[in-house]
Amino acid sequence: MIRIANCQGFWGDWLEAPARLVEQGPIDYLALDYLAEITMSILQKQKEADPNLGYARDFPPLIARIQRRLIERDVKVIANAGGVNPIACAREVRRLAPSLKVAVVTGDDVFGRLDEFLAAGHAMKNMDTGEPLSAIRDRILSANAYIGAFPLAEALGAGADVVIAGRCTDTALSLAPMIHRFGWKPEDLDKLAAGTIAGHIVECGAQCTGGNCQVHWESIPDMANIGYPIIEADHDGRFSITKHEGTGGRVSVDIVKEQLLYELGDPKNYITPDCVADFTTIQLKDAGPDRVQVSGIRGAARPAMLKLSIAYSYGWKAIGTLVYSAPQALEKSKAADRIVRQRLQQLGLKFEEIYTEFFGVNACHGPVAVPNPDPPEVQLRIGVRGQDRKAVDRFTREMIPLVLSGPPTGTGFGEGRPAVREVVAYWPALIPRELIQTSVEVVE
Amino acid sequence: MKIPLSRVAHARSGDKGDTSNIGVIAFDPRHYPILVREVTAERVKHFFGEMVKGNVERFELPNLGALNFLLHEALGGGGTLSLRVDAQGKTLGAALLRMEIEIASGELS
Repeated sequence: MIRIANCQGFWGDWLEAPARLVEQGPIDYLALDYLAEITMSILQKQKEADPNLGYARDFPPLIARIQRRLIERDVKVIANAGGVNPIACAREVRRLAPSLKVAVVTGDDVFGRLDEFLAAGHAMKNMDTGEPLSAIRDRILSANAYIGAFPLAEALGAGADVVIAGRCTDTALSLAPMIHRFGWKPEDLDKLAAGTIAGHIVECGAQCTGGNCQVHWESIPDMANIGYPIIEADHDGRFSITKHEGTGGRVSVDIVKEQLLYELGDPKNYITPDCVADFTTIQLKDAGPDRVQVSGIRGAARPAMLKLSIAYSYGWKAIGTLVYSAPQALEKSKAADRIVRQRLQQLGLKFEEIYTEFFGVNACHGPVAVPNPDPPEVQLRIGVRGQDRKAVDRFTREMIPLVLSGPPTGTGFGEGRPAVREVVAYWPALIPRELIQTSVEVVE
Repeated sequence: MKIPLSRVAHARSGDKGDTSNIGVIAFDPRHYPILVREVTAERVKHFFGEMVKGNVERFELPNLGALNFLLHEALGGGGTLSLRVDAQGKTLGAALLRMEIEIASGELS
């Protein structure tokens, strides 16, 4: 049996979780997920400004902080902290933690190969819209293939204490140690599917140990000290989900079910580079306090195509807010919204979308929100998006004037003019897997 | 007899681009057939009204006593394009639990 913990569900997750996982009980592997779909484009811009950047900069100091424990307890780390510059990330880890052996997995970054792919006849059509990539070719900011767990397992096989990858799947981070330790092969489909589903359960960190949970959420103990999840994996593909003793939160069948369904598409076809997992075969059992046993999982053969994550510059957006108080908070907010829209129209400004929400009334649930006829206060929230940066910038100057020139009680403008933000959009596409070759390199 | 869905099920929701997914799970697996019967894709689409511009798909997971819904074009463009507070649809599961379902008397006992 091996123990694989996840201490980071996204870049920005709780900074104390990794240290607690290595200090509060036994684990063998620590997995960290840093990359959302648009993170790569931000990292690409950082790398263009400085060739030594382009990775998750929180990661090397974190490893430095926990390095003594990693060595004492022989815990190996697997992270996709490499972003678009895994080698630079590895060098920084080595500089701060020189006694750790660091390996990087490369080959996912295809930013420099897109024209080669296009010339060979790969259209890389948008999987949602069907548009060919040529429509946005000149606006692409980053392009990466999702790679699976086998290259990460190879890096563990090279004796690495810390494995740094770029764009691998979130589930690969947890599956890789199982492949490495149990010698699973690409044809062990049920086992790979089991490891993939184990990875899916823990990939959002504490969301499977009581975080964001609707079942009796008020009764979940000690959320301030919530324990992050641990997979106890067996060689035959069965596993349990648990957390360290004495930590807060809860692990139960209900909670694991919620997380299994999180961001799920077709449950019979959960496609990864390693296998296709069938969520309708999962059997769950409560097996003691804070422990759920998982078994029965079936898988099918890996797909011929890999998914590409391409980010491109789409346009600009800004979101402006003002607050109005009772009486008639909602009516005043609506009047202010009409004034802003009329002024934008009079200026002849064109936007792809102007979207208004009345925060405190309908922002989250829209037309199905519980009616609240006389709320004590309402935040008017107007967003605009368009290709013309100047128009978006002008919009940001149209909110605050209403404090003096609009309906009464306008306030909440202390942060000043809203920021204009670049919209980086995501272009999902497919590429034949034989075009993506990964390699493992130990960084000295 | 009409009851809110929250009496028999819990839910978690999230996003995949401009599609929101809502997992609806029976507290008691014996009530899963009620979910299958009452919480159809059509009713979910109708419940959310103008919030969901595209179609609603439903998948069944009898092993978990759960249904998975995909609400297409439900997040104002999704991801970074969306201008909404809840661009990831994280609150849509809680919204759906207020939908009323019809049960026969004694069906929950």
